Amino acid sequence: MSAATNTSSRWTPYALSLPALALFALMVLLPLALTALLSIQQYDAEKGVQGGYTLASYALVLGDSYYYEIFFRTGWVAALVTLICVLVGAPEAYILSRMGKPWRSIFLLVVLAPLLVSVVVRAFGWSLLLGPNGVVNQVFGALGIGVVKMLYTPTAVVVALVHVMLPFMVIPVWTSLQKLDPMVESAALSLQASQWTVMRRIVLPQITPGLLSGSLIVFGLSASALVIPGLLGGRRLKMVATVIYDEYLQELNWPLGAAIALALLVVNLVVMLTYNAVLEGGYARRMGRS
Amino acid sequence: MTRTGPVAMAFHACVTVFMLAPLVIVCLVAFTPENTLSIPWGTYSLRWFRAVFEHSDLMHSFWNSLGVATVAATLSVALAVPAGIAIARYEFRGRQALNGLLLSPLIVPHLVLGVAMLRLFALVGARGSTTWLALAHVVIVTPYALRLTVAALAGLDRSAEQAALSLGASHLTVFRRITLPLMLPGITGGWMLAFINSFDEVTMSIFVTSPQTVTLPVRMYMIATESIDPMMAAVSALMVAVTAAAMIVLDRLYGLDKVLVGQH
Repeated sequence: MSAATNTSSRWTPYALSLPALALFALMVLLPLALTALLSIQQYDAEKGVQGGYTLASYALVLGDSYYYEIFFRTGWVAALVTLICVLVGAPEAYILSRMGKPWRSIFLLVVLAPLLVSVVVRAFGWSLLLGPNGVVNQVFGALGIGVVKMLYTPTAVVVALVHVMLPFMVIPVWTSLQKLDPMVESAALSLQASQWTVMRRIVLPQITPGLLSGSLIVFGLSASALVIPGLLGGRRLKMVATVIYDEYLQELNWPLGAAIALALLVVNLVVMLTYNAVLEGGYARRMGRS
Repeated sequence: MTRTGPVAMAFHACVTVFMLAPLVIVCLVAFTPENTLSIPWGTYSLRWFRAVFEHSDLMHSFWNSLGVATVAATLSVALAVPAGIAIARYEFRGRQALNGLLLSPLIVPHLVLGVAMLRLFALVGARGSTTWLALAHVVIVTPYALRLTVAALAGLDRSAEQAALSLGASHLTVFRRITLPLMLPGITGGWMLAFINSFDEVTMSIFVTSPQTVTLPVRMYMIATESIDPMMAAVSALMVAVTAAAMIVLDRLYGLDKVLVGQH
């Protein structure tokens, strides 16, 4: 590297990254530290945040079945969304990768472009589709099924979350499929392997890393989604994100909101790290053995 | 070689309809002449678009969002280009940590960033300040600008730089005349992606905006939680149109599939 001959170059990368680092220290690290501090501050319903320190907010979250229920509901919704995204996103990415020249990039854009449209617009679109007079219920009516209540139920939340998250699953699976040589599949087929065996022994191992990272992103984003449950879940269907919103902007019990937000962050990171360690470890072992 | 069977094609058609349905429906309903959320059959009307342009709160939020997104995208590129050069071109202690920190807004939920920044804003009295709101947006969109900068540098053929240096050009001249022009598609792509993401951001902004600084998606969220009428569909259709226009520009400049797939 040419710059390495320069004596001052040891400090060059630090000087180059200093402005970005300063902003992130001020706007990410400091606020997170302040929030951690806030979560152990005393709170009084009449007087607001007090000077003393206490673990009361955490005790409240851990000791109340109301919060268990909300964490549990958020967990299963995020897990279900992740599962559906795997079952839909992986085959879709595979079909896309096998398409011919112009169609492949056109449909890749169709699947991925909604990513760039604001989530409020997409949530609103789903509320139009799933409402009592919406298109979906009109189709159900024409089929003789009758009106099904979907809006303001977990169904609407799951459907809309899958719509928002699917691109995050298709992208990593698509990326890992790009590294798969189609000749390997052809070779296996010509050696009398069944289509099923090719899928199980060649395609699936190839896309496993993509499925893993896609699942992590989808789970993490679903568990912390605010707008979709806020607009499609209604007032009674509480999720962790909407409870944090309520504590901060309506109840004004910031220490409790901070405690739940940090719990969400920690649970998120723990799920990501263990999932990663367990499945990637297993994946590495399997690959090592075969 | 392509053996896509009928089952696969039907599956693919369902996924395509599923992905497009909510966007298509808001664009259709936006043209309804009725007072209700209905799909217009035969008669179309622009009355709800006129209602949007006459809605002073919405228009105020729109201009505010446009300003915040422009400032945030520009600042994030100004920070991400030097930081990206450091990360892509130098080996130094803390390089991985720096990269992780600058990409962290992709992993730390925007909700958590939002409440954390709300605490900071409350302590320094920054609520209601557009400058601080724009800085918060810089944090959210810097990962996109950074990744495209690093990708641009990684794909850059260094022989032209070395040739210029061996012919006596200074480091500054090499950067200004060779490196920067070669990085330009990546930088403009990063700016556009940062702009779109800032313009669309809602989860963090809900916490850090105040009545004077409400951005368009936050205003839409607030309206939608109270009542929904066809005006919401008209705003949504306009947002889809703005995004589509930005996507076309982005595609011409950089290649949309590269941006989207590289986004992961």
